[in-house]
Formats: sequence, C-alpha cells, structure tokens
Amino acid sequence: MSEISVDGSKRRFLVAMSSAVGGVAAVGAVAPFVMSMMPSARALAAGAPVEVDLSKVEPGMLFTAEWRGKPVWVVNRTPEMLAMLGKHDDRLTDPNSDNTAQQPEYCKNPTRSLKPNFMVVVGICTHLGCSPTFRKEVGPADLGADWPGGWFCPCHGSRFDLAARVFNGSPAPSNLVVPPHKYLSETKLLVGEDQKAA
Amino acid sequence: MNKLLFLLLALPTLAFANTALKLDHAPVNVHDHESLQRGARVFVNYCLSCHSANYMRYNRMQDIGLTEKQIKDNLLFAADKPGELMKVSMRPKEAKEWFGATPPDLTVIARSRGADYLYTYLRSFYRDDSRPTGWNNTVFDKVGMPHVLQELQGQMAPVYMTETDHEGKQHQVIERLELVKTGKLTPAEYDATVADLVNYLVWMGEPAQTQRMNIGLVVLAFLGVFFVIAFYLKKEFWKDVH
Amino acid sequence: MEKVISWLDARFPLTASFKAHLSEYYAPKNFNFWYFFGSLALLVLVLQIVTGIFLAMNYKPDGELAFASVEYIMRDVPYGWLIRYAHSTGASAFFIVVYMHMFRGLLYGSFRQPRELVWIFGMLIYLMLMAEAFMGYLLPWGQMSFWGAQVIINLFAAVPFVGNDLSTLIRGDFVVGDATLNRFFALHIVALPLVLVGLVAAHLIALHEVGSNNPDGVEIKKNKDPETHIPRDGIPFHPYYTVKDILGVVVFLMVFASVLFFAPEMGGYFLEANNFIPADPLKTPPHIAPVWYFTPYYAILRAVPPMLGSQFPGVVGMGVAVVIFFALPWLDKSPVKSIRYRGPKFKIALAFFVVAFVWLGILGVLPSTTLGTWIARTLSVVYFAFFLMMPFYTNPAKQGGPLGLWAFLAALIAAIGANVNMALASPIPYVTEVLFAVFVLSFIPMAMFIKGDTAKQEPERVTDK
Repeated sequence: MSEISVDGSKRRFLVAMSSAVGGVAAVGAVAPFVMSMMPSARALAAGAPVEVDLSKVEPGMLFTAEWRGKPVWVVNRTPEMLAMLGKHDDRLTDPNSDNTAQQPEYCKNPTRSLKPNFMVVVGICTHLGCSPTFRKEVGPADLGADWPGGWFCPCHGSRFDLAARVFNGSPAPSNLVVPPHKYLSETKLLVGEDQKAA
Repeated sequence: MNKLLFLLLALPTLAFANTALKLDHAPVNVHDHESLQRGARVFVNYCLSCHSANYMRYNRMQDIGLTEKQIKDNLLFAADKPGELMKVSMRPKEAKEWFGATPPDLTVIARSRGADYLYTYLRSFYRDDSRPTGWNNTVFDKVGMPHVLQELQGQMAPVYMTETDHEGKQHQVIERLELVKTGKLTPAEYDATVADLVNYLVWMGEPAQTQRMNIGLVVLAFLGVFFVIAFYLKKEFWKDVH
Repeated sequence: MEKVISWLDARFPLTASFKAHLSEYYAPKNFNFWYFFGSLALLVLVLQIVTGIFLAMNYKPDGELAFASVEYIMRDVPYGWLIRYAHSTGASAFFIVVYMHMFRGLLYGSFRQPRELVWIFGMLIYLMLMAEAFMGYLLPWGQMSFWGAQVIINLFAAVPFVGNDLSTLIRGDFVVGDATLNRFFALHIVALPLVLVGLVAAHLIALHEVGSNNPDGVEIKKNKDPETHIPRDGIPFHPYYTVKDILGVVVFLMVFASVLFFAPEMGGYFLEANNFIPADPLKTPPHIAPVWYFTPYYAILRAVPPMLGSQFPGVVGMGVAVVIFFALPWLDKSPVKSIRYRGPKFKIALAFFVVAFVWLGILGVLPSTTLGTWIARTLSVVYFAFFLMMPFYTNPAKQGGPLGLWAFLAALIAAIGANVNMALASPIPYVTEVLFAVFVLSFIPMAMFIKGDTAKQEPERVTDK
C-alpha cells in the first residue's frame, strides 16, 4: 500500500472539505429539531396579545388580565397614589428604572407607564415567581407606617411600590416587569404588543 | 433476462387493471395565492357553517398572502382571534339529526379523498326528490349533504341512457347532468370557483407543502455538492487499494 | 488532546475500540454495491430513533387526541412536518434497506458457516423491525391504523383454544381502543427500540468476531501476511470503507430527500389516503391492505385456504414464511458461498424466489380476487419450495428427496383438497385445482430426480477490487 506516492496535500484538502460540508450538513440536520422545540403555533396563539377594556377599570382599582398564561395587572392610579410615588426614591433599589430588561423603553419614566395613571405590569415576583398581593392602603399595621401602597409578596416578603418598583431589603432583586403594551384607543389597551410595532 | 424479469414483475398490475370512477382532473396549483384566497373565502362562506377544519388556524392564511387584519375583517365569522382553530358552531349531535351523519372535518379531506374527487363531487349534485334533502350526487350516491353551492351553480338534472349488462339485462344509468335552472354563475365560472375551493382544500391539507418543496430543493442542491466532494474523497483514498 | 485521550484510554478502551472496530478492522477489499446497505441500515436506525424522540415530545397516545396531535405536529410545531415525514419515510426506507441487505446475504452466502449467528441476530432485528413498524403504524390513529391493527390482532384469535383470550390480552380491550394505543406506544418508543439497539450491537459484535464475507465468498482471514498478520485481501475499514460509505450515505440521502420533500405519501404507499380519516370503529374502509413491506406475507396469509373452519393454517403459513429464513444456514448445502461460483440451479431458484416475493408483495396490496388468490397460492408454493428444496438443489452429492419433503407436499395437496368446495362455484369445476395440483406435484419429480447444483471452485484470493 505504501509504495505508491500519496499526494498528502490533496488528501488533506479533500478531508477538510468533506469535514466542512459534513459539519454544515450536521448543523442543517440539527436545526429543525432544535426549532421544533420553540413555542408552537398553538402556544403562540394562546400567547397572542390581549385587549383590556379600560372603561371598566375605575380609579384605584386593579384589573387582572391573562397574557401568555401570566397575570397582567392594570391599575388605574388615583392622583393621590401618583403623588406618593416620588417620595420614597431613597428606599428603592432601582428608582429610575435603569434596569432596561424590566420595562420597555417607553416606560422608563417616574410612573413606569405610558399614561401616568394606568400602571400595566406582569404580576409575577422577580424573586421566585409568586404573585404578590395588591395592598393599596397607606400605612397598614402589618406593613408599617411608612407603607406608601403597593404590592407585598406573601411568599418571601418582597415589597413593591405602586410603580411596581422594589424596595431595598426585599429578596426580589429587581422591579416587576412591565410587558410590551399599547393603546388602541382612549379606553382600549393591548397587552403583548409594542407601541412601535405595526 | 432483465426484461423478462420486469415483465414477470409487472404482470399482476396488468391483470388487475382498475375500473374506478371516472373523475375530472382538478386544476390545482398551491402556488397561486389569488386562487387560494378566493377558495378560502368560498370555504369560510359555504363550508365552514357545517364542516369544521379543527386542525387549521385562521392566521395560517398569512402563508397565502393575507394579512392578519384581512383575515380578521373578512374571514373571521366563527371565531374571535385569528390564532384560533377553524371550529364550527353547530354541534355534532344536531348535525347528525339533520343530515344523518356528522359532517366530516375538512382539514385533511383533500389528503384522504384526493383533489380530483372533490372537484368532481362538488360539480355533480343533481335534483332527486326521492332524497330527504332533495339532492343526490353522481360520485357519492345517496349523499347526506345538500347542494350548498346551488345558488352559485343553479340546479342540475340527470339525463338517462339505457345500458345492457353482460347478462342481457337493461339498466337506466345517468349519462350526464344537465343544467335546468341557472344560478348566479355561468357553468365556466362555477367550475373556476370550485377549482379555487379545491385548491384551497389541497393547500389546507398540508399548509407546509410549499415550504417543504422549497427546502427540498436546497437540500438536494447541497447534497449534490456533497456528492462531488465525497466522490473525489473516496477516489483519492482508494488509490491505495490494489 | 493527546493527554485527554491517554487519560481516557487508561480508564476506557477508547483507542482500542476504535482500532478493533474501525482502523484495524480488516474488511475484504472487494465489497460492491450490495455492501452499502449495512451501514445505511444503521443510519436509518439512528434517524428513526432521533425523529421518534422528537415526535414523542408532541404526540399524545390517547384515542381522543392522537389523530389531532399528529396534525398538530404537521401544522403547529415548527418543522414538525419535516420530523414526521422523516419518520414515516424512514420506516419505509428501513425496510427497503433491510430487504436489500438480506438479499445481499442470499447472493453471497453471508449466512453460511461461520456467520450463522450474524444471520440469526439479523433475522431477529428483522422481526423486531416488523413489530416496531406494526405498532408504530397504529399511532397516527387513522382508519388504516385502526383497521390494520384490528385485522392483524384478530389473526391471533385464530390460534386454537387460547386465540380469543390472546387477542383480548394484546388489545387490552374487546376492540382496538385507547388501551391498545397506549400500550403500543409504550412498546414502540421504549421496549422494542431497546431490544433493537441491543440486537444491532450483537449483530455487529458477532460480525466483527468472524469478519465480513464478500462477493467472492472467500475467507480473507485464511490468507494472512505472515509478518504483519494482516489479511492480504483486507483493508482497514477506516478510512477506506468510511469514505466509501460516506459516498453511499450521500446518494441514499438524495433519494431519501427526494421522497421526503417531494412525494412524502409516495403515491399512497408510504402514507395511505385513508389514514387521513380519524379512526372510526364503526366504519371499515372498503379496502384494507397492510403497508407495502408486509404485503408478501399478507398475500401468503390470504393464499392459504381456511381448513376445518379455521384461519389458523394461514396464520401459520405467514409465520413460517418469516421464520423459515432463520433456517437458511442449515438448508444450504453448497460447497461454495457466493452466487458467482454456484451452478445454474441456485441461480434459477433465487430468481424464482425473488419474483415470487415481489409478486406476492404486489398481490398483497390488491383486493382479493379468485384469480389473485390462485396466483398467490402458486407463488407461495414457489416461496416455500425455495427453502425446503434447498438442501437438494444445492447439494452436489445428493440425489432424490427424503420423507420430509414428501410429507410437506402431501400436506399441500391436502390443503388443496380442502379447498375443492370453492371450485364448485366456478364455471368450470376443478380446473384451477387440477392445474394447481399438477403444478405442486411437479415438485415431487423435481425433488426426486433433481441433481445437486454444480459448483465452480472458489478462488484463493478475491478476484476484484
């Protein structure tokens, strides 16, 4: 076998080519399997944007909508509630919503909302996924006199204000998530789709 | 020898030549988006009131060039969201009382029946007062379904002829159907409408089929390149073998 | 890299296994076209396992949900259609590849001593594959799934005394139902694949123990270089057969992709039209045929007439038709292995067998007719004669038939006698029976006076590259 002259470079070239093409083939073959594990059309349909009729959400009231199987709270904040928001920034972990993953760009403002009064937020605690309780009263006995109204998570005691910003000392690391949303009209809100998207 | 073998292998197929129903050829083209959209409209307007398409989502029609808004505005009668399945509001039990059988789901009907059958079937209804619905069909005798497209096609009546079987008995058989009352469409327009509908049914039977063929071309082209490389690779190594 | 490998080698025979099974496994250098199908079968096995796992992620083994879940995979799951078609096309491809692989064995005597165990493991793989295919076919829960399973499970009911209880046990219900679907799913995706993989390992280990056969039927291990102890006609499997098999794999994939992407139903042979109608226990489709790879045996089943009011003989005939392959190593008495050095008798017999097998396959797809049944009967006799007469027509030293063969033919004639009543309905009574009897009886003189095959001397070394 070894007597004949073997063109080593040609052989190496062909092996390299075959390996490369074989590698592409392998990636191409794996791709559909991986993609098949992404959410199906059914999951996407179930996770489609939801409309919320705001005319039913009276001032001071919380309405829970379901989007992608998660609770989404829509709170119509009263002027008094809004007035409370700026007064406790020093006790907040992220008062200016600098963590961009927690809200869309258009909600990086003091009220964390498109319209000041309507707060739209995913009702899942950023700690371990419980759903916090809405405690809008100011200074109740169990939460202390300095409680400005907000959410309290019963699982591990995380506290959030009425802009869903987390208080210092809570186990939750970040503010609650504001989902993408937009207004279809004065009284119609669409949760799940960004303002800029067509 | 090879030819003889082939003949031996082919013989049984010759011996059992099929004498199936004569069907008209359906002009199906799933790449014709306009035809598919017209077909979808006919389907939603005429079929979907009794037949479901339980595995088909409305928004899949984006694949045939419709926007979500168009689907929502024009086709969404029986559902709220474009992501929903094409369910039917009629309950199967009621349907069974009315038609004697539950109208079958139509999602994959084109795959079980074939396009030619559907194309012929939808153009073969004729008046038959002996049937409870008043309708019969030349490719589906004693069909339970009434002719829902009659406002488009009008009414057909059979023309009989006499046929003698091999025992010498004479039978009345339907030679052809004749239009006795015109509908909204001319016969040519009606055929085109049914063709659109069948085209849609074929597409709905497998919405991935156009994507499937496109990917197939890429895969085959890629394998062609791979073949050339593999061929020279093999040749190079096998120089060693004597 | 070298460090990692030596670390591994100290704990696991990595390099040793690579050498033993690839780079220093010496295969005959003269493999031809027919030798591609072994590695292709392995490829298809892997393909079926991988696609099967991903299908199981979305499939629901429930009578209410199964059909819908398959359509869900075909529509809603991203690329689900691709995975499903790969699996359904793969099932048919598996049988094509395995039939080619088995035919290779017949051509070159790969089942002969010392490869009897390789052949037996291979046949067990084939049996497992049939069970896999049968159970897998129920899962889409269409009309063909349902009624195909119904008919095949009812075959077990033909077993005397325990038949009815047996078929009920298999179904887990009095009809094919949710329980049947669920257990078939469990067997199809867990139990049988495990057995299959184990058998494939055994098949390969046994093969690598004795070494591969080749188109000349020469034992390359008998002619080794005295210094290197390497067979003179052998070449290392890696790289020579790896690069050759890559070429084979690419060609196979081109054919496979052509079917998968452009004709996944394969004109109704790979996916049947009636299987797009959900299973309906109250309505049988007008024509039920098994999937193409079972039809030769199905034709034999239908060809054997019921005796003493029982379908059992047909079931036995079908079972024996499969199992008889196991006996091949002991039926073939020829002094040579390969068809190249055999005389004309074996070649004729093999040609008849192939024609009978293919023809039976075609008949099994078609609806049952009187003419078809008679052709199938004739072909069934040819099918069995290929095996049962093999000891005579392959053995150059032997003449005349022993008692066993006489008994077999007598039984066949009796079977025809039992069917005489059928002829009463035909326009010319007994003609078909008489013709058939003459045909079968003609095997008796063949068996008696048949001279064994002539055989040429096998060469010392392989004759081609």
